[in-house]
Amino acid sequence: MRFVFKTDYDQDIRILKHSGYWWSYGVLLAVLVAAPFLLGSYLQSQLVFVFIYAIVGVALMILTGFTGQASLGHAAFLAIGAYTAGFLQSHGVPFIVYFPTAAVLTGVVGALVGFPALRLTGIYLVIATIAFAFIVEEVLARWESVTHGNEGMRVRTLDLVGVPVPRDSASFYFLCLLVLVGTVLLALNLLRSPTGRAFVAIRDSETAGKSMGIDLAAYKVKSFAISAAITGMAGVLFAHKMTFISPEMFTLLLSIEFIMVIIIGGAFGVHGAILGAIFMVMIDPFLTALKDDVPVLAASVASSFGMAQDAATLLQDKLSKIGSAAGLKGAIYGLIIMMFILFEPYGLYGRWLKVKLFFQLFPLYKRATFKRQKTYVKSERNR
Amino acid sequence: MLDFIQQLVSGIALGCVYGLIALGFVLIYKATEVVNFAQGDLMMLGGFFVFTFIGLMGLDYWLGFLFAVCGMAVFGMATERILVRPILGYPQFSIVMATIGLGYFLRSIAGMIWGTDDLRIETPFSAGVLKVGDLVLAHDKLSVIVATVILCVVLYAFFNYTRMGTAMRATSENMLAAYYMGIPVKRVVSLIWAISAAVAACAGVLLAPITFIHSNVGLVLGLKAFPAAVLGGFGSIPGALVGGLIIGVIESLAGFYLPQGWKDIAPYIVLLVMLVVRPHGLFGPSMRKKV
Repeated sequence: MRFVFKTDYDQDIRILKHSGYWWSYGVLLAVLVAAPFLLGSYLQSQLVFVFIYAIVGVALMILTGFTGQASLGHAAFLAIGAYTAGFLQSHGVPFIVYFPTAAVLTGVVGALVGFPALRLTGIYLVIATIAFAFIVEEVLARWESVTHGNEGMRVRTLDLVGVPVPRDSASFYFLCLLVLVGTVLLALNLLRSPTGRAFVAIRDSETAGKSMGIDLAAYKVKSFAISAAITGMAGVLFAHKMTFISPEMFTLLLSIEFIMVIIIGGAFGVHGAILGAIFMVMIDPFLTALKDDVPVLAASVASSFGMAQDAATLLQDKLSKIGSAAGLKGAIYGLIIMMFILFEPYGLYGRWLKVKLFFQLFPLYKRATFKRQKTYVKSERNR
Repeated sequence: MLDFIQQLVSGIALGCVYGLIALGFVLIYKATEVVNFAQGDLMMLGGFFVFTFIGLMGLDYWLGFLFAVCGMAVFGMATERILVRPILGYPQFSIVMATIGLGYFLRSIAGMIWGTDDLRIETPFSAGVLKVGDLVLAHDKLSVIVATVILCVVLYAFFNYTRMGTAMRATSENMLAAYYMGIPVKRVVSLIWAISAAVAACAGVLLAPITFIHSNVGLVLGLKAFPAAVLGGFGSIPGALVGGLIIGVIESLAGFYLPQGWKDIAPYIVLLVMLVVRPHGLFGPSMRKKV
C-alpha cells in the first residue's frame, strides 16, 4: 500500500490524491472509450442508460448526499429537460443551443423549488418535492400545445452541428460519456471549492454552518439549481435515447429509482452515484436472466440430490411460475431498498471502502471503524 | 346551489377517507417523529385481510372486521420490530426510504397473492342511501364519516388523557429523556405502530365497498393523504381530520367547477402553498426553537 506523504495543504483538495489514480482512472476511461467497439449493441445501449442514470445520480448526490436536502422530485426535473429538448428541437433550434437552454431552464425551476425548501426540513421537504413532481406531471399531461399531452411527444434524431447522432450509434454513446465525465469533474471541482464545503457544512449542521457565516438561503437555492440543471441535461440525453417521451414516464417511481441509485451506491461520494447507476440499470436484465435460469438450475440441483424426477419438474414449474408473476420486480425493488438501508447503509461504495481498508490494515481491521453513530430521537420541533 | 351542497357533501365524505389515512401518518409521527410512507399500503393490506376473512372464509362482517384489525395490529408491530427499530435514530430519510421500500414490497406481494383484479365484499353498508331533503348520501360513505370522527375522538382522548398517551407524547419529544423517566420506549414505539396499522385496517375495511380492494389503492390514496396530514399539521389528530376535510372538499369542488386536470393537482397546490406560508400546518406545534 501507498502512504501519501503530505507536504502541501493543496494536497488535501487535489482531485487525484496520488499518481496511482492517474493509472486506474486512465485505464477505466480507456476501457469505456473502447467499449462500443467491443460490446454488442444491447450492452452499449445499457451503458448509455447507466451514463444517464449516473448523471442524475451525481446531481442528486450534490443535493442529497452533500447538502442534505432530500428530493423525491427529480423525475420532474428530468422531464422538464426532456420536454424542453423535444419542444425546442421541433421548432428547429439546434442541439448546441437547446442543450444549455434545457439545463438553464431546469436550473431556474430548481431554484424556484429551492425557495420554499428554505423553510422546510426533513420530511416536509420530501413531501414538498413529491407535490412539485405531481404538479409537473399533471402540467405535462394537460399543456397540450407544448407537450402533446398524454399522447406523448416524438423526439427526432439528435443533430449535432449537421451530423446526425442516432440513438444507438457509438457517437451517441460518446456524447453521453462526455457529458458524464464533464458532470463528474464539475461535481468534484464544486465539492472542493468553498461552495461545496458550504454544502457539506449545511448537511452536517445548519446551525453550525450559519454561525460560521454561511448564507443558508443562498447555498440551498444554489444546490437545488445546480442539481436540477444537471438533471435537465440528463433529461435531454434521455429524450434522445428514448425518442419518445410521455408524462407517464416521469412518475414518482422514477424519482424513487433515482434515490435508489444513490442509496445503493452510497450517498457520500461521486463513486456511489456511478456504482448505483450501474446496479439500477443492470438489475433488470439480470433479474430477467435469473427468471429463466434459476428454475432449471434448481430442478437439476434437486434431482442430483436424489429428488424424484416429477418432483423436480414440479419444483421447476413452481419456481418459474413465481418468476413470471406480475409485480415480482416491485417486490424485489422493495426488498433491495430495505436490505440496503438495514444492512449496507453506506452502499456499494461503502462496501468497497470497507474491503479495501480490510486488506490495507490486514490483521488490525476493526468493524467499529465504519460504525454509524446512533442518536436518540429528539423532536424536530426543538431542533 | 343544490349542486354546490351535493359537491360539498361528497367532498366531506372523500375528505374523511383522506383524514382516516392521514390519521395513521399522524399517529406514528406524533409518537416517534417518523413518517410512514407505507401507510396507504398498510390500508390496502387491511382490505385484503378483510377480503380473506369475509370473502374467502365466509365469516360474519363484524367478526372479519375485528380479525382484520387485530391481524394488522400484529403486522404493524412486526414491521416496527424488523424494519423500523434497527434504523431508529439514524437520519430520518433512511426510515422514509425504508418505508417506501416496504410499500413497494407489500404492493407487489399483495398483487401476487390476491391477484390484480378489483375485489369486493358484502358489507352492511353496501346498499342503503340516506336522504335529507334532496341530498343523497350513500351508507358506505356515511360509515366512513362516522368511523373517522369516532376514531379521531377516541385517539385524541387516548393521547391527551391516558398515561400511555402522555408517555407517547413524551417519547416523541425526547426519547432519551423519556427513557430516563422510566417510559418503556421500545414498547411505546411498538404499540404506536400496532395502533397505526389497526387504524389503517379500519380505513381499508371501510373503503372496501367504495374504492374496492386493489393492490394499488394504497398508493393513490396514501399520496393524497399527505396533503391532508401536512395541512392539518403533522402530529395533530384533529388536524388530520380537518386537513382531510379541506383537501376532500377542495378536490371535489375543483373537479366540479374548474377545468379537467385541476382536480388531481389542487390538493398538491394547496399543500405547497401551505408549506410556504405555514409549514407547521393549521394545528401543528410551532417549529421554532426556543432559546
